[in-house]
Amino acid sequence: MTYIAKPKVHAPTLAKNEIGLTRRDYEGTISTLCAGCGHDSITAAIIQAFWELSIPPYRVAKLSGIGCSSKTPAYFLKEAHGFNSVHGRMPALVGGANAANSDVTYIGVSGDGDSLSIGFGQMSHAVRRNVNMLYVLENNGVYGLTKGQFSAAADRGSLSKKGEANTMEPIDGCLLALTLGATFVARSFSGDKAQLVPILKAGIAHRGFAFVDVISPCVTFNDHEGSTKSYAYTREHNVEIVQANFVAPAKAITTEYEPGDATNVMLHDGSWVRLRKLDDDYDPTDRDRAYAHIREHQRKGEVVTGLLHISPDSQDLHAQLGTIETPLIELPYEQLCPGNAELQKMQSRFR
Amino acid sequence: MRRTDVGNPDYYHQVVDCQWACPAHTNVPEYIRLIAQGRFTDAYLLNRESNVFPGILGRTCDRPCEPACRRTRVDGKPVAICRLKRVAADHRDEVTHLLPRAPEKKNGKKVALIGAGPASLSVANDLMPLGYQVTIFEKFAKPGGLMRVNIPAFRLPEQVLDEEIGYVTGMGVDVRYNSPVDSLKALLDTKAFDAVFVGSGAPKGKELEIPGRHDSDQVFIGIEWLASIHFGHVESVGKRVLIIGVGNTAMDCCRSAKRLGATDVKVVARKTRKYFKASPWELEDAEEEQVDIVENREPIRFVIEHGKLVGMEFKKFESVEVNGKLEQTVAGTEILPCDTVILAIGQDNAFPFIERELMEFGKWDMPVVDKTTFMSTRPGVFFGGDAAFGPQNIIWAVEQGHQAAISIHNYCQGVPVGERPQRGMELRSTRMGLHQWSYSNDYNPAKRQKMVHVELKKRFATMSTEVEVGFSAEQTAAEVQRCLNCDVQTHFTESQCIECDACIDICPVDCLTLTPSADEAVIRQHLTAPAVNPEQALFASGALKQTGRLMIKDENVCVHCGLCAERCPTYAWDMRKFTVLIPHAGEQVAEPAATGAR
Ligand SMILES: Cc1cc2nc3c(=O)[nH]c(=O)nc-3n(C[C@H](O)[C@H](O)[C@H](O)COP(=O)(O)OP(=O)(O)OC[C@H]3O[C@@H](n4cnc5c(N)ncnc54)[C@H](O)[C@@H]3O)c2cc1C
Ligand SMILES: Cc1ncc(C[n+]2csc(CCOP(=O)(O)OP(=O)(O)O)c2C)c(N)n1
Ligand code: SF4
Ligand code: SF4
Ligand code: SF4
Ligand SMILES: [Mg+2]
Repeated sequence: MTYIAKPKVHAPTLAKNEIGLTRRDYEGTISTLCAGCGHDSITAAIIQAFWELSIPPYRVAKLSGIGCSSKTPAYFLKEAHGFNSVHGRMPALVGGANAANSDVTYIGVSGDGDSLSIGFGQMSHAVRRNVNMLYVLENNGVYGLTKGQFSAAADRGSLSKKGEANTMEPIDGCLLALTLGATFVARSFSGDKAQLVPILKAGIAHRGFAFVDVISPCVTFNDHEGSTKSYAYTREHNVEIVQANFVAPAKAITTEYEPGDATNVMLHDGSWVRLRKLDDDYDPTDRDRAYAHIREHQRKGEVVTGLLHISPDSQDLHAQLGTIETPLIELPYEQLCPGNAELQKMQSRFR
Repeated sequence: MRRTDVGNPDYYHQVVDCQWACPAHTNVPEYIRLIAQGRFTDAYLLNRESNVFPGILGRTCDRPCEPACRRTRVDGKPVAICRLKRVAADHRDEVTHLLPRAPEKKNGKKVALIGAGPASLSVANDLMPLGYQVTIFEKFAKPGGLMRVNIPAFRLPEQVLDEEIGYVTGMGVDVRYNSPVDSLKALLDTKAFDAVFVGSGAPKGKELEIPGRHDSDQVFIGIEWLASIHFGHVESVGKRVLIIGVGNTAMDCCRSAKRLGATDVKVVARKTRKYFKASPWELEDAEEEQVDIVENREPIRFVIEHGKLVGMEFKKFESVEVNGKLEQTVAGTEILPCDTVILAIGQDNAFPFIERELMEFGKWDMPVVDKTTFMSTRPGVFFGGDAAFGPQNIIWAVEQGHQAAISIHNYCQGVPVGERPQRGMELRSTRMGLHQWSYSNDYNPAKRQKMVHVELKKRFATMSTEVEVGFSAEQTAAEVQRCLNCDVQTHFTESQCIECDACIDICPVDCLTLTPSADEAVIRQHLTAPAVNPEQALFASGALKQTGRLMIKDENVCVHCGLCAERCPTYAWDMRKFTVLIPHAGEQVAEPAATGAR
């Protein structure tokens, strides 16, 4: 861990976004993770995405569970609201917060242990309910914080640092999300910000549950030869099938690619995701095809990355339940708590 | 882009902007660290190795290092390098026992130096320890050249001069005072010397031949007038004084006039402020002493009434800047009343004592001198300082003295003068623990410290009250922390990089980028932060293992915080202290050290 704080001094050319903030204004405290941890690169990508979208940091809530990955919200958006839940319980907290105030942008950060073991049920139900949030699963194949035990995401045959092979089948976060009806499913790599940042931006703009599984090597416990979550292995086996480009609402879509090559999906806020298929018979809006495609590559030992699936007709939890759009905090007291007379009236209906 | 060769001592040397810009390549960051540790004597001696006169230069240096200083590009103001040099000099302990000494046994070679200015003194400083018998012929009764007779004592106390010149002459130099050389031919004909060095300076002030110039005894030439003040021949001046010209000599003239009792002093310049030759700090000091600076005036005549100087007439200009060029149009004339005029419009060289048949003379009646060896076309006769290429400054005179000494040594030992000793380098890791370094790597946002000046009334009372009081302990403690330790280099070992981006993400000033190879011009546009300063190098690694991309570092505003090295999991980045080894006469440095690169 580094003792000195990252100095405030910055490059003379450091740019400002639409609300007059620099990228440095979206940073948090200095990371206490191991030097070279993939999670830190994801933090940098999150900073970049929020800065590019010109979202005021104080309009964001960042929540997480337990793990190295779950520590990272401290390292970005220092002015955002934050909550560090018990292990695996972050999805329920976002659900509650979001129910009370849908005006805030929610980002949940979790790990493969936090999401796929102890928090398996929690994550599943947040997907199913389509809670409007960006869900970043920082996937290193191990429990980093507790010193490198295999997680449920570890591939069969992947070797531990001491050389033992994992004998169990992995749980694949993307396949899980697809089967549970996720409306936005992506996979990326901490070492590829060019791919990751646009995906995060699209995930933030997407109304509904945006699931992003990010392969994020653990330099200390899972970056050796024989690991299937190392920098080298991921670079060798990565197959990008859909390239996502985020286009802000105000901007017109220009023809950067050959027509027919790209699909444009409009999001609720008027922004676009421009999807460029790198594999001909792939359709990111077709859930079943996406599922089959991932499985097929997995059998060949490949890691499919890109924005794998998006449902243009996503209906988030509020839309499904028809709840009030105004944040509860903005409702007048009389409306929030109509009084004893109203309560009696309601109860009389059940007598 | 080609892989950067960091084994070439010039690459890392250029990163140390101040040291690279210093003509004598003084190891600035190292002496600043020594000051920070309170090791003033060590800081002084380190300075002395390169610049011979730290106490003198700590007050008067032209300081080309400061505009070059990286800190300027980071927070707008350079480290007060020069003032810190004075701190080392002022607080040093006794050093005489630590200085180089001349051996008892001489090497049998004799060298004559003409003039006892900084150029000749530097030659003597380098040759004496090698056993040469050095004789200096000096016109005046004391050594120092313009440093003594022209630089006023309120900027440079005499005692400082005496001490530091004494360190050189004290090695046993045979200085013949009041001994002008009238004929170089006669000196050579004695055959008493194996080599001769001409360090006679640029002793002539420029004339201004306009009507009335010779009709009054109140018109002086700046450098002569300053010398007359020094020798006590001039003790007063008119109340209203005009100084013509706006270089550093003009600044010393106007400030001297104030001390001689003038009340209304104007410095008159042809151009506008941006084009003034004087250093900004000298201008500031003059203005603090209530000297007026008048721009856009060109002298046309002296106004003499009844044999008495009463004013000077000027052409007035209106100036506009067009495409970065000054365009001036005449807008009438004006008479400025005055009692005395000082001409400070430049200096010329004069070599009345050199017979032209001895060697080739070229443009402007200057001897033809080799830019590397400082030898004239006559083998065995060398030049340096203002005598070589016209008026410059002390630090250039010192460096040229070092170079001439190397040549003289070669010449006397029968080695071709063009065979220069090579520079070398040392590179040592500063890592002391996982996140501990042997230098203070935390960026300190302190602002540049302001020098305190003696109050005006006290200043004007005498000619010799030193104006600058020097930094206090607190100011020194703050200023040393502003130095960015540019000599502690970010050293990259490409075989170790796993392309995790940690260094790129942590760098506070966005120096680093991993990018596919391309032409440098293209790469400069596509970095984490665009490389906007073409004068600063880009470091490029070779192709990296995993993706074949290159690690690029823009040296421009790196604050040497070491965070890249702290966050690198594989130690691909390391912070290594770089020392350039620059040989002086009689020294050889080792072969360039192995760097452990690639
Ligand atoms: C007013 C003024 C202020 C200056 N201020 C600064 C300053 O603040 N900082 C700075 O860096 N530089 C300053 N300079 C410039 C600096 O003083 C000179 O560049 C420097 O002194 C040159 O050194 P030198 O050894 O070449 O010659 P000089 O210093 O000129 O020394 C030459 C010596 O040779 C002697 N000599 C000449 N002819 C003969 C002969 N025939 N026989 C014997 N002896 C002879 C002279 O008497 C003199 O002692 C200033 C110059 C002037 C005029
Ligand atoms: C209820 C509970 N059970 C167990 C733990 C111990 N524990 C802390 S972190 C962790 C695993 C975290 O793994 P992951 O989410 O993958 O995070 P990583 O550190 O790998 O980023 C476990 C089991 C705990 N803190 N709380
Ligand atoms: S910051 Fe220090 S080392 Fe760097 S250029 Fe300035 S004085 Fe030199
Ligand atoms: S030392 Fe490293 S992290 Fe610090 S400014 Fe320089 S390149 Fe950036
Ligand atoms: S931190 Fe080290 S290993 Fe990671 S990219 Fe930078 S130099 Fe390479
Ligand atoms: Mg994990």
